[in-house]
Amino acid sequence: MTQPNPDYAGRQYPPGDAAAVTADAIRAFATATGAANELHHRTDAARAAGYRDIVATPTFLVSLAQQAEAAYINDPDAGVDFSRVVHSDESFDLARPIVAGDVLTPQLTVESVKSVGPHAMISTRVDFTDAGGAHAASVRSSLVVRGEEN
Amino acid sequence: MTATVPTPAGITANHKGTQVASATITLTRDSLVRYAAASGDFNPIHYNDEFARSVGLESVIAHGMLTMGSVLAPVSDWAGDPGRILRAEARFTKPVPVPALGSVDVEVVAVIGAVDEAKQEARIDLTVTSGGARVLGKSRAVVRIGETNPADSSGASMGDAA
Repeated sequence: MTQPNPDYAGRQYPPGDAAAVTADAIRAFATATGAANELHHRTDAARAAGYRDIVATPTFLVSLAQQAEAAYINDPDAGVDFSRVVHSDESFDLARPIVAGDVLTPQLTVESVKSVGPHAMISTRVDFTDAGGAHAASVRSSLVVRGEEN
Repeated sequence: MTATVPTPAGITANHKGTQVASATITLTRDSLVRYAAASGDFNPIHYNDEFARSVGLESVIAHGMLTMGSVLAPVSDWAGDPGRILRAEARFTKPVPVPALGSVDVEVVAVIGAVDEAKQEARIDLTVTSGGARVLGKSRAVVRIGETNPADSSGASMGDAA
């Protein structure tokens, strides 16, 4: 069976396509995670609090991060068998609140590829840069790729 | 220490150990469908029992990121302005099976775990259980404390609008 290729540790991918953060996507994600705070839903409330538009929930960027991670996960030479992947850890570092209207460019780095007995642990980081070129957020994800148990 | 729950603006080092929020989150298959649509995560272990069993699960399970996102909502409500949340992390320690009919409850208790007055940050530690067992580990959020308007922190503010 394939094992994750350790040569990918440290690899940084070119920046991905810029993605627009829409109010509809923020609202749908907030509703799906039970986040009722009106700053996630009401433009007038967000503006009254000083924001340009509604504010994303803290884990909203997971979708854009996973799209960026696909460049690595789906690369046949990386040797990641997705049917054996278990999500282990996730973290979000927000340099500032993400709001509707942001245009974010993701850049993927494979931070580590380690063997743990028959299993492997891979850790990725996606850095998001806003339209002004400023760092907006980083999303880290750790996955366990289960090996054959003998 | 007072019995009242401090606001993020009023947190000091004396508040370490104080509970700031708790909630019961009820998840159904409907919750999973909504989260799949909102997140784009269409892994069949979150909607197909036969598939879930074929990979060794007892049934369909909740997306770990649905659980993580849901337990942060009461923290955000307590914070008032979700822009105060600077960091969130979790480890997915145990799957949360969701029955085809009925629901499953996830309990969250949020406590101030550490306060850094110099950095104006507090770490909120979340204990997240279902059926008495921990389903998330290392579940934490870092919030901005003190008198501040998170909307001013960057390009997210009105002042930077074109």
